[in-house]
Amino acid sequence: MTGRPALEIRGLTVALPGTGDVLRDVDLTVAAGECLAVVGESGAGKSVLARTLLGLTQDDRHARVIARTFEVAGRDVRTLPRRDWRALRGVDVSLVLQDALQSLDPLRTTEAEVGETLAIRRVPAHERRTRVLEALHAAGLPDAAARLRQRSDDLSGGMRQRVLIASALVGGAPLLVADEPTTALDSTVAARILDLLGRLRDEGRSLVLITHDLDVVARVADRVAVLDQGRIVETGPVAEVLGSARHVVTRALIAAAPHGPKATAPAGPGPELITARDLVRRYRAPGGGSVAAVDGVGVSVHAGETVGIVGESGSGKSTLARLLVGAERPDEGTVSTSAPPPRIRLIPQDPFATFDPRWTVGRILRTSTRTADTPEALLAQVGLAADLVRRRPATLSGGQRQRVAIARALAADPDLLICDEPVSALDVTTQAGILDLLVRLQADRGLAVVFISHDLAVVRKVSDRVIVMRDGRIVEEGATERVFAAPEHPFTRELIRAGGGG
Amino acid sequence: MSNPVAAPSLRAAFARLRPAGVVALVVVLAILVAAVWPGLIAPGDPLAIAPTDALAPPSLAHLFGTDESGRDIFTRVVHGTAPSVGIGLAATGIGIGAGLVLGFASGLGPKALDAALGRVIEVLFALPTLVMALLLVAVMGPGTGAAVLAIGAATAPGYARILRARVRAVAGSGYVEYARLEGTRRTRVFLRHIAPNTLWPLVGVATLGIGQAIVWVSALSFLGFGTLPPSPEWGAMLNAGRVYISTAWWMTIFPGLAIVVTATALTVLGRTAAGGGRR
Repeated sequence: MTGRPALEIRGLTVALPGTGDVLRDVDLTVAAGECLAVVGESGAGKSVLARTLLGLTQDDRHARVIARTFEVAGRDVRTLPRRDWRALRGVDVSLVLQDALQSLDPLRTTEAEVGETLAIRRVPAHERRTRVLEALHAAGLPDAAARLRQRSDDLSGGMRQRVLIASALVGGAPLLVADEPTTALDSTVAARILDLLGRLRDEGRSLVLITHDLDVVARVADRVAVLDQGRIVETGPVAEVLGSARHVVTRALIAAAPHGPKATAPAGPGPELITARDLVRRYRAPGGGSVAAVDGVGVSVHAGETVGIVGESGSGKSTLARLLVGAERPDEGTVSTSAPPPRIRLIPQDPFATFDPRWTVGRILRTSTRTADTPEALLAQVGLAADLVRRRPATLSGGQRQRVAIARALAADPDLLICDEPVSALDVTTQAGILDLLVRLQADRGLAVVFISHDLAVVRKVSDRVIVMRDGRIVEEGATERVFAAPEHPFTRELIRAGGGG
Repeated sequence: MSNPVAAPSLRAAFARLRPAGVVALVVVLAILVAAVWPGLIAPGDPLAIAPTDALAPPSLAHLFGTDESGRDIFTRVVHGTAPSVGIGLAATGIGIGAGLVLGFASGLGPKALDAALGRVIEVLFALPTLVMALLLVAVMGPGTGAAVLAIGAATAPGYARILRARVRAVAGSGYVEYARLEGTRRTRVFLRHIAPNTLWPLVGVATLGIGQAIVWVSALSFLGFGTLPPSPEWGAMLNAGRVYISTAWWMTIFPGLAIVVTATALTVLGRTAAGGGRR
């Protein structure tokens, strides 16, 4: 922590047309070799802050950016023209993009993608390759030389994120801005990316890490700034802020992060509702042949219990959900139900897609109702105001949409809810609200729930029993706390270590 | 987020209209009046001849001038609205009707049917609309009915293609799957979700199509294959004026303007409606 700070901002206010002040009087300092985390709800202004640090907000003619001090590596950038910002980006400050799956051009090779910063600055081709290789090594991409010619389709999600990080590193920028760098990744992959960011910081890079995940903050950041409605409400060393938060917003964020076991004890297991035996579901593989997404899985769900299914993307957990709910038929194996057959309803990851866009909330609920409940009563059960019945899904927030989806499922008076990643698109406080709602409904109505998630902490919070899946098979199952306390399979241990889960 | 077609509220639709859309709306309303009650605007007889007034240039007595038999062009243009627009509407109706059958059959039917229809539509698509219409008229012989049928049939593949893609998207959507999972019957799913979500975006496309169809039908009439003179149909009037274009420009200009203004107004309205569907 010597010399000038990598970033120094005093009194930054950003106003965007139509939305007013998105950031208000923001002060930030990042020392060399320091990682500052900026946390906050969605809508707090995190992404606008990231864009402003890179001079992108300033590009917008209609945006107003005012600051008393705004220095990148000691250079005053308040009145910097667009041309000069372009020269700055990639060399003095660079961005690690959020979505590894969408930020890479599928037609360009890794070398072209990572080397772009250099190509724009007319670095000669032979020198470019060496520097691209160095950046790929620094980003921890295995077998970097062989990857140069590969395109994003040939790379896994974690590798793509490393390529994006290499793109940010290649220009030698001392200041990196990472906007939710691990949100799109599985927990074990995310853990490795966070280790990498920590190592880059140890090597002297400065990092602004923008995230909504406090677990991420605890792992890599030195200091944290809490953003709420465009203002910094609390800032300080990570241990201090997370350990003894002073501001109410910070406390809410900490309280919302899922941790610990399920609060209510499991009721004694009821009769079996649905039993799946030896399920196999194959899909045609891109290169010919077939891949078994679900490969010999057996599950049974009893009335009144919550079964959590965890696994990484591609482990077959969503396919299993679709088989249980009857959206797909198994290629082998059987799904049998108790008599009379239980009513099964799905809570999808993206509820918006499952609403007819032309319909109002009221019509959506009425159409699904199999009882005497009114739409208003259903909305009340999921904690929504009755006047939402006249709204269309497009005008609702993510949390409201998920609540409407739950209300719609309840409208059928179901015996079993299958929740497929119901909270993974929501931010922490919204997520906490939905999880509490599900747990409460389950206890009140004696529902059986199958809860699918890649997030171990979330699954632990709601499940009585947990099933760990990998490559279409079950690797471990048992009572949730037993699995957490004494995981038997190495993969479960890795998941628990990566996910924090405590 | 993949949000297919959100239905705009009426007020939102109106707000989106301005200012070009408002002008277009006024023009379309005026056209409707002229079509339904032409006597209100032009009380004269569109077929009345007055040889002494033949080929008179525009004046206060004859706003748009007269033709070679002394018929008042203004009266004829106004009275020509109903047949011209009616023909356009009928042709579009036929085109969309045939397109609906093809599109739904292709989008919802078995794979083999989809493949077969797809090839047929591609072949029809390869021919320009007017060439295909001329081909059909050549088979059926000239006349208003034949022109309408020909334009309708020639535009059907385009509508079929739009509909098929749309039907596919809606049938594969999350809300259709959810309705099926809830145990909703197929016909119900079709009536409740697939049909409305497919047809709504078609409103804009159809409005665009009417303007286009009027131009095409007029083109057929101009070529002598559609409505025959002396009926006051715009295309036929163009055809009649062709001979006198160097001496009596008003005979072609005014019916031509009527076609352009009508097609433009409908197109502007159609674009606004289609834009609303996209969101």
